[in-house]
Amino acid sequence: MIEFVRNVRLWFVPTEVRKDGETPDYRFSLANERTFLAWLRTALALIGGGFAVDQFLPDLRWAWRVGLALALLAAGALCSLRAVNHWVRCERAMRRGEDLPVSRFPALLSLVVAVVAVAMVLVVLVRWEG
Amino acid sequence: MSTPAARRQDPDRDPGLQPERTRLAWRRTTLSGSVVAVLAVKTVLHGGASAAGVTTGALCCVLWLGFLSIAHRRVRTLAATPAPVAFAPRHAAAAVLCTVAMAVCGVALVL
Repeated sequence: MIEFVRNVRLWFVPTEVRKDGETPDYRFSLANERTFLAWLRTALALIGGGFAVDQFLPDLRWAWRVGLALALLAAGALCSLRAVNHWVRCERAMRRGEDLPVSRFPALLSLVVAVVAVAMVLVVLVRWEG
Repeated sequence: MSTPAARRQDPDRDPGLQPERTRLAWRRTTLSGSVVAVLAVKTVLHGGASAAGVTTGALCCVLWLGFLSIAHRRVRTLAATPAPVAFAPRHAAAAVLCTVAMAVCGVALVL
């Protein structure tokens, strides 16, 4: 948690990142930037999914519809915050010549997506049977 | 159009086209943001366009414009030099702030 707060400070004080170590090959930085953007797109897709659930599933009960939409929107916000945090950590590790940070987040997110997908299959099957 | 031979002779040009790929990644991300903004506006129009709804929808459009300007600035920096400087954490934080604020607007519109 303290580590996270320290990273948040780094987002807004760019000179502090540049003080650390030495500048890596610009291509590594660009690759890191593209990874950040890919995560940002994932976040935007989750947020768009939240809007889509609210708009395109009018037959769903209110609680389910709003709950699913809020869960997707929250996941999107979380994903984008994690994107910038991971980007700053990678940038710093590259400057210091350390190993890139490892993360549980991709596995966690794919598990959540898999669970939601299976739940959707079950919902469709139950509807079809009834 | 330069011939392949002429392109090979340019020592500054990255053969992996990293700046170009990064530029396209920014464009893709802006496009994803546009989809979210359009969905937000659709939600507002569908909800009967109350004053609060219209304000939130307009805020989403402003956030999209903010993201667009960050992307545009970065794309211009990438195009300016053969070995562009690293992305500034402040701009990364601003781009993420736009995304999170869009999610918050979404929560306000859904509830």
